[in-house]
Amino acid sequence: MTLRNDLDRGPLFFRDRDWHPAAYTPGYKTSMTRAPHRPLVAMGSTLSEETGPAFGHSMIGERDNNLILNFTGQPAIGERIIMHGRVLDESGRGVPNVLVEIWQANAGGRYRHKKDSYAAPLDPNFGGCGRTISGPDGAYEFLTIRPGAYPWPNRVNDWRPMHIHISVFGSGFGQRLITQMYFEGDPLIARCPIVNTIGKDRAIQALVAPLDMNRAIPMDCLAYKFDIVLRGRRQSFFENRKEGL
Amino acid sequence: MQKLDYLKETPSQTAGPYVHIGLTPNQLGIEGIYPTDLGSSPIRPGAQGQEITITGTVQDGAGMILRDALIESWQADANGIYPGNDPRGAADPNVTGWARIIADFDSGEWTLKTIKPGRVPFPDGRLMAPHIALWIVARGVNLGLQTRIYFEDEDNSSCPVLARIEHRARLDTLIARKTGDGSYRFDIILQGENETVFFDM
Ligand SMILES: [Fe+3]
Repeated sequence: MTLRNDLDRGPLFFRDRDWHPAAYTPGYKTSMTRAPHRPLVAMGSTLSEETGPAFGHSMIGERDNNLILNFTGQPAIGERIIMHGRVLDESGRGVPNVLVEIWQANAGGRYRHKKDSYAAPLDPNFGGCGRTISGPDGAYEFLTIRPGAYPWPNRVNDWRPMHIHISVFGSGFGQRLITQMYFEGDPLIARCPIVNTIGKDRAIQALVAPLDMNRAIPMDCLAYKFDIVLRGRRQSFFENRKEGL
Repeated sequence: MQKLDYLKETPSQTAGPYVHIGLTPNQLGIEGIYPTDLGSSPIRPGAQGQEITITGTVQDGAGMILRDALIESWQADANGIYPGNDPRGAADPNVTGWARIIADFDSGEWTLKTIKPGRVPFPDGRLMAPHIALWIVARGVNLGLQTRIYFEDEDNSSCPVLARIEHRARLDTLIARKTGDGSYRFDIILQGENETVFFDM
């Protein structure tokens, strides 16, 4: 088990539900039958949300964060990219030792999944998933290929912009988050009904990774930077809480 | 005026239909990348406490059983201590507390084998009834849903979280029904008549 510090223990910041997508978003048709209609029961976090599973670096294989090579050992086809950033909390602190997992389509926009029947072919050397543990300052990095855009059944001609799915843990189960990273300059972002489940443009922009030429490796790969922000913690530690407060 | 310099939480997006590629690739048949999928069990042999099995489904507002849902569970040990970062001390070393639960790709049924957790204190010191926290994602779910499994054969009457549910009839949606010795049924209904209570905690 990783030793935790007091910053891992306070009550969680309240979630800004106007910043996240609403549950019921008719532009994204599947949400219409899967969105709860009743109001959520709201209250502050308890130990059940403030504690969370711990992951050690020893659980992760050396090549787990290299999607170009981790399936067969032979390189996947596509535009080689580094995806990197930091896991932070809302107070701006790096969140160390947390599990970050990604999955994505291949360079042609096809997933390795029996339910994906898109015309683009599978790449025999691309599996489509990777994982890593954030470093002492919250930094993480993946080597992968840029995924292709793909069509999906929603309205008659909807296409997903290029995107990488991301799952991240905090130190508390109530910080659990899944999101998607988009790529700077993709004209499909603004047209995507899943992107547009988010109401505020500033929130959408928080999911668009800029090209980062400082992290690109000449003659090898480009880089995109994507910071992930988790719910923060209030500075009142369990030890200081008095009965009845 | 000075500016508050807090960052905003990264906005959520749906896990989509292919979440298993990322989180349980081996169970999907993508083998050779990870030796095993993470979260296959919340306990190890030797875990203290009553062994229990909870079975259920996730249903949408049209009564369809979801085949693409992914659930994660988080629980305390039999003494009510959480593994990892519980400020009150160390938990049973054979309880990891966390599991990834996927529905059977054909039937949509999911199963969680674990031990019954102990009572955990609410922030004011009162004890919450034994419960397992759940987080549910799927295609069409824009932000992971938080709910809890409580148990029919426990005293739930003084739990401060359950006490906050004004519509008392809805309380039943959080209570796993006993179906046998150590076995329970817990169906999650995302929308409609018997919609499960979801939390913002
Ligand atoms: Fe996708």
